[in-house]
Amino acid sequence: MVSIWEYANPKKFIETTDRLLPWFSALALLCLVVGLVWGFFFTPDDYKQGSTVKIIYLHVPSALMAINAWMMMLVASLIWIVRRHHVSALAARAAAPVGAMMTVIALATGAIWGQPMWGTWWAWDPRLTSFLILFLFYLGYMALWSAIENDDTAADLTSVLCIVGSVFAVLSRYAVNFWNQGLHQGASLSLDKEENVADVFYHPLLMSIAGFVLLFVALVFLRTQTEIRARRMRALVARERLQ
Amino acid sequence: MMPDLGKYAQAVLSSYAVSITLLVLLVGISVLRARKVRRELAETEQRVRRNG
Repeated sequence: MVSIWEYANPKKFIETTDRLLPWFSALALLCLVVGLVWGFFFTPDDYKQGSTVKIIYLHVPSALMAINAWMMMLVASLIWIVRRHHVSALAARAAAPVGAMMTVIALATGAIWGQPMWGTWWAWDPRLTSFLILFLFYLGYMALWSAIENDDTAADLTSVLCIVGSVFAVLSRYAVNFWNQGLHQGASLSLDKEENVADVFYHPLLMSIAGFVLLFVALVFLRTQTEIRARRMRALVARERLQ
Repeated sequence: MMPDLGKYAQAVLSSYAVSITLLVLLVGISVLRARKVRRELAETEQRVRRNG
């Protein structure tokens, strides 16, 4: 049986992800196009929210990925701290801009959706506020990676920041349940059929979520490959200077 | 073909425009940087081999 730790070898990681990347990219594009076209053109308006319900196909998947990208970074950071595999630290670094962009999309679509529904673009509601803080953590995480020249030191410090920030990733997800106040509604997807969105919105939403997840994976593969190559280049240039 | 979005047309369309633009930007930047770094690494490796 192939051990997962084999992929900690940069060469093996690049070889494997090179093979997987076209499949993930094509599937991501397919799911996104089907999900968004289905949701935009072929679903009815909601009886309360009118046509703004169509924003759900962008807002929910991007918010979901904003939180889960950070959780993926947390796992990769813990692997770095415990096992010192460079690929895991570089994967966390590669995921950060993707997660940050997902957070921006979630915040932007949320504000655009909130204006006609709540009468305001922004409110200091628990979920919105914890999401904004999560975005600031993303910015801090990326800035810290850029600010430190030594890759291992940067990986150590950003891993600690990632652990601290994971509190806000969890809060973003459960803020509505914890504080039970504010403007934002509870989860759109639930195992409880009463709370879940209606089937007519649910299926295209699932397709759109699949598209966002696959896009995230494809981008993390590509960007991790780039980080591995950039790290090798820095090592070669440093060796050249010593000679 | 275009659904009737009523009074919320601006909100819905701007959500899609903003999100799709940001996603395309993210993919574009990632692909361009991947190509640039790959090319630069190949050049660096070649130079290192040449210089021994």
